[in-house]
Amino acid sequence: MSKTPEKQPGDPNTTGHTWDGIEEFDNPMPRWWLWTFYVTIIWAVIYTIMYPAWPLVQSATAGVLGWSSRELVQQEMVAFEEANAPWNAKLVETPLEDIARDAELQQYAVNAGGAVFRTWCAQCHGSGAQGATGFPNLLDDAWLWGGTLDDIVTTVSYGIRSEESDDTRYSEMPAFGEILEPEEITQVVQYVMSLTNAQSDDAAAQAGKVVFEDNCSACHGEDGAGDVIQGAPNLTDAIWLYGGSEEALTETVKYSRFGIMPPWDTRLTEAQIRAVSAYVHQLGGGQ
Amino acid sequence: MAILDKHKILETNATLLLIFSFLVVTIGGIVQITPLFYLENTIEKVEGMRPYTPLEMAGRDIYIREGCYVCHSQMIRPMRDEVERYGHYSLAAESMYDHPFQWGSKRTGPDLARVGGRYSDQWHVDHLRDAQSVVPESVMPKYGFLENRRIDGRYIGDVMAANALVGTPYTDEMLENAVLDFRAQADPDSDYDGLLERYGEKVNVRNFDGQPELTEADALIAYLQMLGTLVDFSTFTPDANR
Repeated sequence: MSKTPEKQPGDPNTTGHTWDGIEEFDNPMPRWWLWTFYVTIIWAVIYTIMYPAWPLVQSATAGVLGWSSRELVQQEMVAFEEANAPWNAKLVETPLEDIARDAELQQYAVNAGGAVFRTWCAQCHGSGAQGATGFPNLLDDAWLWGGTLDDIVTTVSYGIRSEESDDTRYSEMPAFGEILEPEEITQVVQYVMSLTNAQSDDAAAQAGKVVFEDNCSACHGEDGAGDVIQGAPNLTDAIWLYGGSEEALTETVKYSRFGIMPPWDTRLTEAQIRAVSAYVHQLGGGQ
Repeated sequence: MAILDKHKILETNATLLLIFSFLVVTIGGIVQITPLFYLENTIEKVEGMRPYTPLEMAGRDIYIREGCYVCHSQMIRPMRDEVERYGHYSLAAESMYDHPFQWGSKRTGPDLARVGGRYSDQWHVDHLRDAQSVVPESVMPKYGFLENRRIDGRYIGDVMAANALVGTPYTDEMLENAVLDFRAQADPDSDYDGLLERYGEKVNVRNFDGQPELTEADALIAYLQMLGTLVDFSTFTPDANR
């Protein structure tokens, strides 16, 4: 045990606590610290007066400044809406086919539409509109439901095979697994593969031609070139939504496909729909 | 300052110190929490909220079990960038039947508060199976195994009863028909009139995962497809002071 040092004259008072013979000097807190502490208390009181804070009987105090996060976001939304209002009005008023003729309007539509696309469409169609298996590539010339600006606006507005919209584009390929014999399915798959000069069994393809004419040509056309009125894909262009392999085609014929796109007229404004359609239209494949 | 001198009693008596510390913390808690239960501006009345259907409830449990909340929040904040991206900012009323709520603050993936109806069921199947197949830049793990795990809703009635216990307004009829409703929602060929009668006409009745069996993928997609779709915002007028 070390010896407790003698208290020197001039030492501050002790706190009066003694633990096992150890005493503690009662040094004052640094002035800057103490004053900062008082300022924070004053600041807290002012803050609760200025901003929403104290719970009362029915509601909380609203604060002198009347601050409201909801009002702020509302103001900001309205400010941008108003700034874009002349452009959006022009976009809605201009006939679709004339939008591209007005360079400035087209630039606005493509920029605004690009933002809409990246927010709402990219998850399925890809951030570069390159599509994915089951979700169409929007860069190429192949269009299931038509690639004119008007067609695109309709597709975006009402979706495809959607339960949510009464005006949705609708068609349904039968599941031929319940209609055709397994052999016939093999044959028609071979025939479809021969349409794009894929490696196929000639004899089976010949037989498949008959199966195709009897069962598939009503929608896909005698020549297999498809029909945009009913969203029947062109089978001769070697562009495949669900894959062009024997396996994928067999699955398509057997079980059919039923791709769904949600309608956007409930989520986006008319101007936004026109803008995103203009954006998609100018990506490369627009007709 | 006689009362301050008494402080020494607390400082020298550990049990007493513990009891008084607890009392102080309790007061703080009461002041902060209690007003939330009676203040009128905590939860506003909105049109359209309903309890989860049995299948959605099962999907919610899977959502929690798989830790989806670790990367996905379910609260759109009142800021322009969020509203532009995700839709109308979330209202407290929209999570009134969530026990516990899934608000979260960690977003590795996007907010899911209004993901319902935004994508097709097939997209969800593809995306759960292999997120990168539809969103190449995604870092989401694969959840294809959900499609192989069959469920029959055997215990969903108990889950709903537990939720009823903490305030979700499930009626006796809902609890009695839990298993029936559970199966009906994923089978459009079944008789699902009772389900719609109990939970409203807007309930999605579809074969969510596209396969004949009822699986966890059905439940999870049913849950995802209704998120944020309940409140009728055409009848909603925001009160600024909330």
